[in-house]
Amino acid sequence: MHKIAVMGDKDSILGFKAIGFDIFPTRSGEESANLLKRLAEEGYALIYITEDAASEIMEEISFYRNSYFPAIILIPGSKGSLGIGMKSVKESIEKAVGADILSQND
Amino acid sequence: MARLNVNPTRMVLTNLKKRLRTARRGHKLLKDKRDELMKKFLGVVRENRKEREIVETMMKDVNSRFVMARALMSDTHLEEALIYPKQKVTLEASSRNIMSVEVPVFEFSTEGGGEDIFPYGFAATSGELDGALSALQQVTPHLLKLAELEKTAQLLADEIEKTRRRVNALEYVMIPNLEETIKYIVMKLDENERGNLTRLMKVKDMMLEQAHHYKERQLEA
Repeated sequence: MHKIAVMGDKDSILGFKAIGFDIFPTRSGEESANLLKRLAEEGYALIYITEDAASEIMEEISFYRNSYFPAIILIPGSKGSLGIGMKSVKESIEKAVGADILSQND
Repeated sequence: MARLNVNPTRMVLTNLKKRLRTARRGHKLLKDKRDELMKKFLGVVRENRKEREIVETMMKDVNSRFVMARALMSDTHLEEALIYPKQKVTLEASSRNIMSVEVPVFEFSTEGGGEDIFPYGFAATSGELDGALSALQQVTPHLLKLAELEKTAQLLADEIEKTRRRVNALEYVMIPNLEETIKYIVMKLDENERGNLTRLMKVKDMMLEQAHHYKERQLEA
């Protein structure tokens, strides 16, 4: 039994409350960093974070990258997709293969 | 390549040969592991990209609907409408084993919602909010799938990197070093053997000379 958290600016994440996720609005990068740490310690298995908020705390996020829990997933916020989420997929590919071999396909 | 710092003896040689055999075997196994991991990883990462594209387009839709809903309602009303959710999501995480990498599998179930997920009466809210919420509900399974795939991809990438390092260390450092050291010991032992042989021949000559006095006889004749 695990919990799901959604982090980001309030306007982007309010809707997730109705779905049944726990929402945690943040305003500044520092606040997000502390919150992320707290959520990870409280045993949230899945943390969705808006790209907007994530862009300020990439270091903290990459800290959890190779641990089993929590899975931190970037989602586009109200400002639309910033391409950071896709970039993290590319990073995985580059790490494993040594070069981004999939993006030429499309 | 650097030679290991060992004594050139027969026992060390046997040990090194054993180590070389193990290293070769380990290298072959790790290489196979790396190849298989790579195959799995590429499959996962392709799916991951596809899923992310789906989620991003769907989220864009949700967000634009939300913006509309917010424009039509006051902040307090909106918050009030959403503050007490009707459905509850519980997440079950089990794990799957891909080539001895533990990856999570998420399963979620919803409680209480049913078809009707709207936690508010329709009097004080706008229709756009309903649309936004039902769109959001449709994204949820994709979001979970995405989380699973993305975490799997990250963990696999990490494992591949580790395995690749090990393979390379064995291939370019361990095995050449061992081979070089073994060669050195073999040469050294052969050289000792040759030295020993010549010494024995010389001693034999000297002993024969002492017993039979060939040189003196040659002089007499």
